[in-house]
Amino acid sequence: MVAHLLKLKLLLLRNSFKRSPWQLVGVIIGGLYGLGLIAMLVVGLVFLAENEPAVIMMYLVLAVSAITLGWTLIPLVAFGVDLTLDPARFTTFTISRPKLAAGLLLSGFIGIPGLLTLLLLASQFLAWRVDPVALIAALVCGVLAALMCLALARWSTTSMAQLTGSRRFKDVAGIVAFIPLILLGPIIGTLAGGFESALSWLPRVAEVLAWTPLGVFAAVPGDIASGSVVLAALRFVLGVAYLGAVIWAWERSLHRAMETPVSPKTSTKAVGMGLFNVFPATPTGAVAARSLTYWLKDPRYAASIVIVPLMPVILWFASTNSGSSTVMLGVGPLLAILMAFSISADVSYDSTAFSLHVLTGVSGVADRAGRVIACAVFALPVTLLAAILPPVLMGRTELLPAILGVSLCALFAGLGVSAMASARFTYSVPLPGESPFKTPPGAGARMAVTQLATFGIMFVLLVPALALTVVQLISGDALFGWLALGVGLVLGVVFLMLGIRIGGRWMERRMPELMQAVMVNK
Amino acid sequence: MSNSYLDPGTAALSIRSLGKRFGEKVAVNGISLDVPSGSFFGLVGPNGAGKTTALSMATGLMRPDAGQVWIHGVDVWAEPMKAKASLGVLADGVRLFDRLSGRQLVTYAGLLRGMDRATVDERTEDLLRVLDLADAGSKLVVDYSAGMTKKIALATALIHSPRVLVLDEPFEAVDPVSAANIRDILSDYVSHGGTVIVSSHVMDLVQRMCSHVAVIANGNLLAAGSVDEVRGGMSLEDKFVDLVGGRGSNEGLSWLHTS
Repeated sequence: MVAHLLKLKLLLLRNSFKRSPWQLVGVIIGGLYGLGLIAMLVVGLVFLAENEPAVIMMYLVLAVSAITLGWTLIPLVAFGVDLTLDPARFTTFTISRPKLAAGLLLSGFIGIPGLLTLLLLASQFLAWRVDPVALIAALVCGVLAALMCLALARWSTTSMAQLTGSRRFKDVAGIVAFIPLILLGPIIGTLAGGFESALSWLPRVAEVLAWTPLGVFAAVPGDIASGSVVLAALRFVLGVAYLGAVIWAWERSLHRAMETPVSPKTSTKAVGMGLFNVFPATPTGAVAARSLTYWLKDPRYAASIVIVPLMPVILWFASTNSGSSTVMLGVGPLLAILMAFSISADVSYDSTAFSLHVLTGVSGVADRAGRVIACAVFALPVTLLAAILPPVLMGRTELLPAILGVSLCALFAGLGVSAMASARFTYSVPLPGESPFKTPPGAGARMAVTQLATFGIMFVLLVPALALTVVQLISGDALFGWLALGVGLVLGVVFLMLGIRIGGRWMERRMPELMQAVMVNK
Repeated sequence: MSNSYLDPGTAALSIRSLGKRFGEKVAVNGISLDVPSGSFFGLVGPNGAGKTTALSMATGLMRPDAGQVWIHGVDVWAEPMKAKASLGVLADGVRLFDRLSGRQLVTYAGLLRGMDRATVDERTEDLLRVLDLADAGSKLVVDYSAGMTKKIALATALIHSPRVLVLDEPFEAVDPVSAANIRDILSDYVSHGGTVIVSSHVMDLVQRMCSHVAVIANGNLLAAGSVDEVRGGMSLEDKFVDLVGGRGSNEGLSWLHTS
């Protein structure tokens, strides 16, 4: 039965490649990227072996703990990372509980993240190659640690499923939980500054972690290498007990969930006509009202701009680290481009609901313009604030016109490019109602190429206004700043109009093709 | 099945040699069909016969590989915008903008068609009332049951009072009372000059409700005409099984007998 489940997972994976070759390309690229990362870490492991056993042990315990913690928490944020084998689908089969659990658990290794984790954790033996006994122990414990990762991931997602049943909770939690992840980079960067001081308390942390499920397996080879065989045996037994306990807890909550499935709570709150009463009763106005409603209600949209309020914070970290505050002047243009970019996959986000636009035969220009207006309603004020505040607060008002020009050009031209991109290119995005951070498997390649090209074009269109700003910075002549404002504004508006026109024409011509594309992603 | 086709200008929907293939599989194999104006037309066929594909191509959702389609003489693929103006469609297997309330969604469909707000509001309330959705109208569509979702989708197809209605599986998951209400609305619509095309695999329903019927299987048109012509004295269900074939013998599963 376990073998059957594993085979089923493999079959599902293979069939998904058949359905879309892009998916295969995505998986290959993802796999290569992961392998590259692992190759680097493996080289690190090889060099780590030069150190004292105590030092090796500390680093390994910390690293393995971090990986294990990641496996426990990240699936909660990106709800149900892998539901290819959804336990709920097996309710009607009479599969014995232990077999189902074993099958589901092991199937986690079939897939890029599981396989790479197994590879990485097992290659810990490289760090212990001077001591043959520790080497063998490291190999065994590495595999067990990988199993612990999968078990913890399963346990955390299953036991949280009760909580996460309500749509509202999913909507909010998915985004809120993502914020610390985005800020992780800057925080680590700041912490790294205090690396010297960290060396004093890191060993203590490692010591504690070595007794927890997170780091226990990583500590066993270290104990052997330092000669404390009894301690090693004790830790190993403890680790196996932890693993057993986690699997048991997961299995229990799994069966509770299967016997009493959670029915999603629905809201009974009445909704008025909302934004449809605010926008004019034209096709363009209706599209704008609908899009803006989605900006407010669909977490996928909120997720695409969750970076916006965090961007100034990240740049602020960057500027304090580099000691120069000039970086902050870039907030305006950067935010403008990011927000303009957020509507570049609008048709993909509509999914097959886009059929309503196809069937009603709404004009392409009305469709494009409506979406642009909805985005501009909040993007314009934010861009203005982000462009005006930094130079004023930093006392560099002489740069205000240029920054304003570049920012507005970035927003308008960017919206124009997005209006064209979403009429021409679709790619797999999270479906309506799914976790906003779930990446459909293998969406990577096509998405990356499209997004890169879209960003690239947006930057190219920005060159004239940027060039004038640079000239002002070099020459110090304020005239060029005002020129940047004028040129940026005029070019931005021209590009926006062109984008809506051309995008509209493309959309009208390609409506059935767009429809088929979103049907495939369904 | 008669070989003399109507002039595309007089029929509500005319299809000529419509074809579509997906890779190796021929989904629709050169179908020609006329739906007379003012008829209640049933399209029946087994699962995977090509009903949805054919209807998608007839309504502008899917580009055909070959063939032509006219709605009241307007070529759907040459003048799509003009054809769509007189067409109301309930598509099968597509999502709705379900983060809108029912009322918002129907209003949205009306406004997208460029109707004025007062008319849209009036008709939206009428539609919600007759479809028994007046209370549910202010709830989000994502919280609707399958049957309610079907009904609200039907409302979006009716809002602009189209001349031709194309409904793909309109009664699926709809409760009997609502189904009867919908049938009344459709019959009334036909008696006042509208044309309805429904796909279904409930033969009994089609026989009672429709004036005309077409049978397709494996992408081919097997029979078309008035219901009485097609069924030729048999019940439509028997005739359908007769045409499509594939009935197994009754000796199949002796081990399933419990005693």
